Amino acid sequence: MSNNNLYEIRNLKRYFPAKNGKVVKAVDDVTFNIARGETFSLVGESGCGKTTCGRTLLGVYPKTAGSILYNGKESSELSRAEQKEFKRQNQMIFQDPYSCLDPRMAIGTIIQEGMNVHYDYTPAERNEKVRELLYKVGLTADFASRFPHELSGGQRQRIGIARALAMNPSFIVCDEPIAALDVSIQAQVINLMIDLQQEMGLTYLFISHDLSMVRHISDRIGVMYLGSLVEVSASGPLYEKPLHPYTKALFSAIPDIGKRSTKERIRLQGEIPNPMNPPPGCKFSSRCPYVTDRCSHEAPQLQELEPDHFVACHMAAVLNK
Amino acid sequence: MFEEKDFTIIGADAERGEAFARKPVTYWGDAFRRFKENKVAVVAFVVLFLLVISVIVVPILSPYDYTKQDLRSRKEWPSAEHIFGTDSLGRDLFTRVFQGGRVSLAIGIIGAAVVAIVGCIYGGIAAYFGGWVDMAMMRVVEVLSSVPNLLVIIMMSLLFDSSSVSTLLFAMCITGWCPVARLVRSQMLQISASEYVMAARVMGVSPLKIVLTHMIPNTISLIIVNITFRIPGFIFSEAFLSYVGLGVQPPSTSWGALASEGQVTLSFYPYMMFFPAFFIALTMLCFTLMGDGLRDALDPKLRR
Amino acid sequence: MAELLKVENLNVSFMSYAGEVKAVRNVSFHVNEKETLALVGESGCGKTVTSKSIMRLLGRTTAVIKEGSKIEFNGEDIVKMDKKRLAEIRGNDIAMIFQDSMTSLNPTMTVGKQIVENILNHNDIPKAQAMDRALELLKLVEIPNPEERLKVYPHQMSGGMRQRVMIAIALANNPKLLIADEPTTALDVTIQAQLMDLLGTLKERLGMSVILVTHDLGIVSDFADRVQVMYAGQVVERGTTDEIFNNPRHPYTWALLRSIPGLALEQKSKLYSLKGTPPDLLLTLSQCPFAARCDYCMPICTKQKPDETVLSDTHSTACWLLHPNAPKIDPPIGIGGQHNE
Repeated sequence: MSNNNLYEIRNLKRYFPAKNGKVVKAVDDVTFNIARGETFSLVGESGCGKTTCGRTLLGVYPKTAGSILYNGKESSELSRAEQKEFKRQNQMIFQDPYSCLDPRMAIGTIIQEGMNVHYDYTPAERNEKVRELLYKVGLTADFASRFPHELSGGQRQRIGIARALAMNPSFIVCDEPIAALDVSIQAQVINLMIDLQQEMGLTYLFISHDLSMVRHISDRIGVMYLGSLVEVSASGPLYEKPLHPYTKALFSAIPDIGKRSTKERIRLQGEIPNPMNPPPGCKFSSRCPYVTDRCSHEAPQLQELEPDHFVACHMAAVLNK
Repeated sequence: MFEEKDFTIIGADAERGEAFARKPVTYWGDAFRRFKENKVAVVAFVVLFLLVISVIVVPILSPYDYTKQDLRSRKEWPSAEHIFGTDSLGRDLFTRVFQGGRVSLAIGIIGAAVVAIVGCIYGGIAAYFGGWVDMAMMRVVEVLSSVPNLLVIIMMSLLFDSSSVSTLLFAMCITGWCPVARLVRSQMLQISASEYVMAARVMGVSPLKIVLTHMIPNTISLIIVNITFRIPGFIFSEAFLSYVGLGVQPPSTSWGALASEGQVTLSFYPYMMFFPAFFIALTMLCFTLMGDGLRDALDPKLRR
Repeated sequence: MAELLKVENLNVSFMSYAGEVKAVRNVSFHVNEKETLALVGESGCGKTVTSKSIMRLLGRTTAVIKEGSKIEFNGEDIVKMDKKRLAEIRGNDIAMIFQDSMTSLNPTMTVGKQIVENILNHNDIPKAQAMDRALELLKLVEIPNPEERLKVYPHQMSGGMRQRVMIAIALANNPKLLIADEPTTALDVTIQAQLMDLLGTLKERLGMSVILVTHDLGIVSDFADRVQVMYAGQVVERGTTDEIFNNPRHPYTWALLRSIPGLALEQKSKLYSLKGTPPDLLLTLSQCPFAARCDYCMPICTKQKPDETVLSDTHSTACWLLHPNAPKIDPPIGIGGQHNE
């Protein structure tokens, strides 16, 4: 079982220091696995820690506590050579197609940047590689000499993907890759990502708040709220039968295209609490319609309520009878 | 009116869908284009260019030497012989103004360049190492910039007991680099937090390479603009110091020194002060206008 | 129903170094009283420019509303209006809310002061009365503890709350027309839903017309009465919400509807996607603007621009496929009739 997991994340914590000595618990005691070749998605609203979680995995931010096992090895204890290999195998795609490409660099140079660190290609091979990659993401060789400001958002996003692919990675953190794109372009990028996954056996950590896209692309999903995972499950069961009250509310907000909505929408009261002082006990207790006394004293742990379907809620068993 | 073959489905043409309608433009090409569009800035640039050329050429070609006194033709009003007239010692003002321009412009340009280079290196190091290095270095900057500029310059010229051009320059640069260092540091910090630098880090690109390929190219335009705005400041400081007698000493001269000399006889011979003052004003205006143009041309936020 | 706003042959261009960017091309439409019209399309399709021209909010140096354009509001032509009359109408008869509440609110003024100011700009009433009105407005937009919130600065509020304040300011003078430009785009889903509910009730209660500018089809289907789909500065299809979602006729509308992953789709199967990107608006486009990306493109489409074909009182579309000579094309699976199983 364990050798099928590319990543095993145990009790991962990432705190940021804030003003007047407080800490923001951006990622607070999160545990999950990512299997080889799957798409694991983290969903949740802004400020829930999903981006921080992805960045901590790749070592952009050092972790505060917990362990990240990559191929069974603690990722912070790799040797220098292993670290270099780790940086080749793990890539990232960003949300903002405008700020993720250096405005002063030609597209060709951008794509080559990482390639030059890890591979000893001759200049001719490099150019050939760039052409190949551009073609792979559905663009032409013309683009190599262009500059980012000449490209549309969708084209830029594909350049970002080409840059990641140049490394022959095995794992890509996709941080809201489609949030800034138009609907018709979103589909282009998602299709490309699915194709590449099947072709190259990639594993994705897909971070998004677009629930209908997440459902389409994910094998398994983790729902985050204020730095904690509240529910983890395979995508199908999660959408069919969400167990956590937050997940239920979140999913009921997905609009049905083309019909006046008939389904009962669960409207959450209030807003997401300030992450600097979350409510005690269960973090969702301040907005939960089913809150009990116990919820505001004791933080619930993830428990396997149904096979491979984990939920962190004291009331889950009662509510989902 | 329509042929039947017009109505057969041929489907999408993906190639055409991605084609570029505009010609490729590089960053600098685009900036140059935008600078050219700004007529005021271009005029300012041309004026400055002519000024630099004449400052170099005029003293060489002029039939008069700037130190040569001719007591027979003192205080002559502008004429065909002496275009800007002569001063109280009969020296040709036209030659003297452009000779003085050499000193003034040189101080402006060299001063700004020195300040920029020192500021960049200092700010760059602070931003690159960050943490306590950054803390300590920036505190030094704060202390230095809280010392009044003029005081330092006056003290320096008293200390060295000479008022040569190089002393003056040294004195003006000693605190002048602080704002540049701050600017460079904050710009570099901003770039290092950007997603393209994060992407480079994730890919394992070495820190030095990141500095060379991302940080410096993205800071350079800011520095160019900053230098342009700083030059008139230097020219003015020099003029001011020379005017109050702390700057350039005879026999060498500068616009400030000339204006100071002219001021003595201002009510009778206003032309003696007018010409150097005019050139000081013209140069400062041109650098400021050109700086405005450069800033607009180089600011990536303004591109569309 | 009476027509409140009527836009005819609206042409708006931006002057850029490369030439004239024709952002809105010959757009005509109307808004009835108490009705919601949605302008839908991707970025750069001209929907925001259209909505801003209605308020004449485009920068005068770069954007030009072309000769011959007509924007009639209650019988008055806004394009020809003088500054004084325009100022009277803005924020009074026509109000607007924007996507980015952080930049649209003044950060140095308390929320209450901003609302009061807007009331006093258009009404000659004592300040205390305006203050009461402000409080009433905050209650109207369902902001908890309105008395306290009046004294708060915008940055002390969350995005959803700020957006509510924007709505309150917009509603201060009981506008007849509210233009909502991507009102919920920057917000989280749960907050988005709250806000759209609120807008819906307010619209009913106050009896205003709304122009909703958005790229989010989900919001549109829930909220709008009529929909107008824009592409490359032109209206390609218009109709009631029902007509657009259940019987769309333009291939671009099909494409928009199909690129959203529906419930029926198999996981990780190919989503329908458009190739390429929209045309550069520098081009004059004597052809159909969608031709290069259209799966049903015919030679005629690349030669001549299609006229609008009227399908019903409310429904019309600009596509050569509706020409009698064109082959009969059924909308792709998943569109229209098949949708409501």
